[in-house]
Amino acid sequence: MRRLILAAAASAACALFGASSFAGTLDQVKQRGVVACGSNTGLPGFGIPDDKGSWTGLDVDFCRAVAAAVFNDPTKVRFVPLTAKDRFTALQSGEIDILARNGTWTQSREADLGLLFAAVNYYDGQGFLVRKKLNVKSALELNGASICVQQGTTTELNLADFFRSHNMKYEGVVFAAVDEVIKAYDTSRCDAFTTDVSQLYGERIKLVNPDEHVVLPEIISKEPLGPAVRQGDDQWFNIVKWTHFAMINAEELGVAKANVDDKLKSEDPGVRRLLGVEGDFGKGMGLTKDWAYRIVKHVGNYGEAFERNVGEGSRLKIKRGLNALWNNGGIQYAAPIR
Amino acid sequence: MSDQSPPAGATAVNPLYDPRVRGFVYQALLVATIAFLGWQAIANALANMRARNIPTNFDFWTKTSGFDINFTLIKYSAVSTYGDAFWVGLLNTLMVAAIGIVLATLLGFIVGVARLSPNWIVAKLALVYVESIRNVPLLLQLLFWYNAVLKPLPGVRDSVVIPGLFGNPFAYLNNRGLVLPEPRVGQGFWLVQLALLLGVLLAVGFALWARRAQRETGDIKPVWTVGVALVIGLPTLAYFALGEPLTLDYPVLRGFNFSGGLRVLPETVALIVGLTIYTASFIAEIVRSGIQSVAKGQSEAAAALGLRAGPMLRLVVIPQAMRVITPPLTNQFLNLTKNSSLAVFIGYPDLVQIFAGTVLNQTGAAVQVIAITMAVYLAISLVTSLAMGVYNRRFTLRER
Repeated sequence: MRRLILAAAASAACALFGASSFAGTLDQVKQRGVVACGSNTGLPGFGIPDDKGSWTGLDVDFCRAVAAAVFNDPTKVRFVPLTAKDRFTALQSGEIDILARNGTWTQSREADLGLLFAAVNYYDGQGFLVRKKLNVKSALELNGASICVQQGTTTELNLADFFRSHNMKYEGVVFAAVDEVIKAYDTSRCDAFTTDVSQLYGERIKLVNPDEHVVLPEIISKEPLGPAVRQGDDQWFNIVKWTHFAMINAEELGVAKANVDDKLKSEDPGVRRLLGVEGDFGKGMGLTKDWAYRIVKHVGNYGEAFERNVGEGSRLKIKRGLNALWNNGGIQYAAPIR
Repeated sequence: MSDQSPPAGATAVNPLYDPRVRGFVYQALLVATIAFLGWQAIANALANMRARNIPTNFDFWTKTSGFDINFTLIKYSAVSTYGDAFWVGLLNTLMVAAIGIVLATLLGFIVGVARLSPNWIVAKLALVYVESIRNVPLLLQLLFWYNAVLKPLPGVRDSVVIPGLFGNPFAYLNNRGLVLPEPRVGQGFWLVQLALLLGVLLAVGFALWARRAQRETGDIKPVWTVGVALVIGLPTLAYFALGEPLTLDYPVLRGFNFSGGLRVLPETVALIVGLTIYTASFIAEIVRSGIQSVAKGQSEAAAALGLRAGPMLRLVVIPQAMRVITPPLTNQFLNLTKNSSLAVFIGYPDLVQIFAGTVLNQTGAAVQVIAITMAVYLAISLVTSLAMGVYNRRFTLRER
């Protein structure tokens, strides 16, 4: 009887608070058959479902790359759309395996929130979007403005910092869902809308008349955006981190989706190690030796993902800028695979 | 212990078969099981949180928040603490709840009485109001008031000007809210406040005296006229005698927005209007049923005594209806308070929006923050119930 109660209690407690063991995310993912990926609720270029209901975007492609490395199938991802406010709780509680949702890597998010940022897949900064007819040329002219901002973001904090340090006043109008923020800005509740510049370009597309709005030149913060995982599972952390590094290294070595099969015959030792022709670098992470080959084969290298989603091949037309490779004027740099 | 019980005497039953002992044991087992489950759940959560390096303490309370809030009743800025943000949110919630409760009760009583009006149009209008409002989800109504009614107001530069007494602009209405002149208190203003207090006290005193006089002599004194004269007249006299120690700080359009003056945000208005109109439809039905529960003979008897419709309702029907009305009315007050958390969707900074939203997200202390938030709503609800319980006791049927 007592044992029965104990068992019942234990199972009820587990049901209440999720699995009690936290290590072995890879095993859980394999068992489940899909990677649970915390995604944006709908941000063009980064994470948004298209008209056929399939997810697209730079962050989405990152999750597909992880699924490709684990399952050799980029479709084995379950996307969980999350607001900025709910995203970290979802990761902490184990509802998702990766949070790839243009989240900013900050010290307190790692020290206090129990998260680890595995990589930076987009170097960004915060800016302002205003109506052209306001004739504002600089963010420093925004004294007294009403500014729409999304709740639970670094944006909210940077905004307060920026106005405080320049001794200016503003009225922040805060919403939990980004769509509410956009709607409030579009209906003139606010003079300006602030968030990461990449997102400003993405959200501008959603406005009634995108051409009537302009992004101000000031960048008021550093926003390294990247995928995050829970603390306490180094293996999974490594898999996520090296998925990004594999995509960077592939671009650096000239390995792309189209030529990856030809590159299997390459004599370049770097390429041979990347594609698993030489050595077995996946084994230590619990993956197969062709893990990086799978990523490039199904998703492509970093440059391809960038151009397809936010660059010239997309409606956003964002330049590579900081996100170019280190040997090409940018700061995207990956540790070598060896 | 012996298994053999003596044949005579009910007191010597084997405890195993004693229903009282058994009942006690079962209840103790149940309580122990629930306590064990609760402890297991908490211990498991704490262990998981520690394993993931998620803070399990309340240290965040005194840390600098770093974010701004656009509507605060107390002093708050980005250098205040998360604890200050909590108080801002709590006060904002309480303010909306208090205003909403007063307005919803007033509107609800009017509509409830109108439902029973012999005037066909009034009664049917009240019926249409109740049936259409209470059958549409509150969230939709809030979004309607915010997005469809308040946001289409003109922009700041094209504000609707509300003229003052002498034709100069007094207030401005635009999609950033209603901008009113802000009263600035000058020297000696406390004397005006004192005069107001004195006026109220005198008015109450006069009302008490008038009631006794009516009981003794039957004369009806002009309580309302005298009361209004005292409450308004005295402070007005004092105000002018002191040389108008109150100036109005008029808002001026400067740059993007009006500076100076008081601003009522559209978010606040939408929330209060939405909550009031929604809850009033329920209160109206409660009031109607309460009035109808009073036996018809009561009003007939009152009419036979020569009471007109107004005093009949006020002196005979409503007091008896209140004991039916009060308990469900309490529920509506609690509902309104809890529903105010829907503020999140229209950007009003209430407790849930600020504390269970931004603070939770910035600190990552999800379990602590949600626990505090739940405890606060529980406390508000219990206090409301307690107050309404005290009030209800005054109207309970006294059986003699």
